[in-house]
Amino acid sequence: MEHTTLAHHLLLAGLLFALGLTGVLVRRNLLVVYMCLELMLAATTLAMVAFSRFAHKMDGAVFVFFVITVAAAEVAVGLALIVALYRRRGTIQSDALNLLRD
Amino acid sequence: MPFVLSKDSPRPTFPPMPDGLFTFFAALTLGAALLLVLSRNAVTSAMGMILALVGIAADFFLLDAYFLGVLQVLVYAGAVMVLFLFIIMLLDTDDAASAYPWKTAALGLATFFLLGAGVLWLFHWSGAVSAAPAGATPPEFSANPAEFTTAAKSFGRLLYTKYLLPLEIAGFLLLVALVGVVSLSKDAPEGQA
Repeated sequence: MEHTTLAHHLLLAGLLFALGLTGVLVRRNLLVVYMCLELMLAATTLAMVAFSRFAHKMDGAVFVFFVITVAAAEVAVGLALIVALYRRRGTIQSDALNLLRD
Repeated sequence: MPFVLSKDSPRPTFPPMPDGLFTFFAALTLGAALLLVLSRNAVTSAMGMILALVGIAADFFLLDAYFLGVLQVLVYAGAVMVLFLFIIMLLDTDDAASAYPWKTAALGLATFFLLGAGVLWLFHWSGAVSAAPAGATPPEFSANPAEFTTAAKSFGRLLYTKYLLPLEIAGFLLLVALVGVVSLSKDAPEGQA
């Protein structure tokens, strides 16, 4: 732990966030897009824990606890929405879901 | 704020190397995230996601947040990803066989490299983040509830005192999500709902 500074953890979190955002922008499979969103969320929690640890404060860690709780609820609802979408439209490819465009 | 440099705090002349375990798990996490983003098969993507989440949990352990690391593995890499895998198997999720149009690929590459360069500059070269070491291993438990400690019961103490209202709201949110999921996945007859 001696040589790993806050910057290293933030760097890892930032790169993970960038990867997740890239996936959200590029991928067309809604499920994979959703997983990339979750990756972005996890990257932000990593930054939060790093700040919490390096500031010697507990509050950031407790916040991450709440973030994990909310993320679990959010995933359940989001996946139910995706299943409902698939039932109605028969696809979860985002480029096929242009009902409101034309 | 101990992690922000003041004018007279020492600045690093070269970025210190992180220790081996961190490097290993960071590489594992980034590689798994790459697998998630690039793989055409949704199941392979989910496997990459699980590996990335386990890597993040390992990083929580390296940050002495053991409880959060365990929680991450249990809730995220366990429950949430099992849900994802169920849905992937349930739905026919074959990606369209065609390659991505070059515009999308260029957008993705540009996003990644811009964000990555920004992150690298901000956290590594700009000198805005202190290079101070984390200090001694935090105590397991402390009389001061605001201090960073590793024991799970220090979470409980804060959750039931300072963060009691957010805890209740989170519980209620879980209930709302439960009801929402049930009503969403109810089989509505055609023409209704």
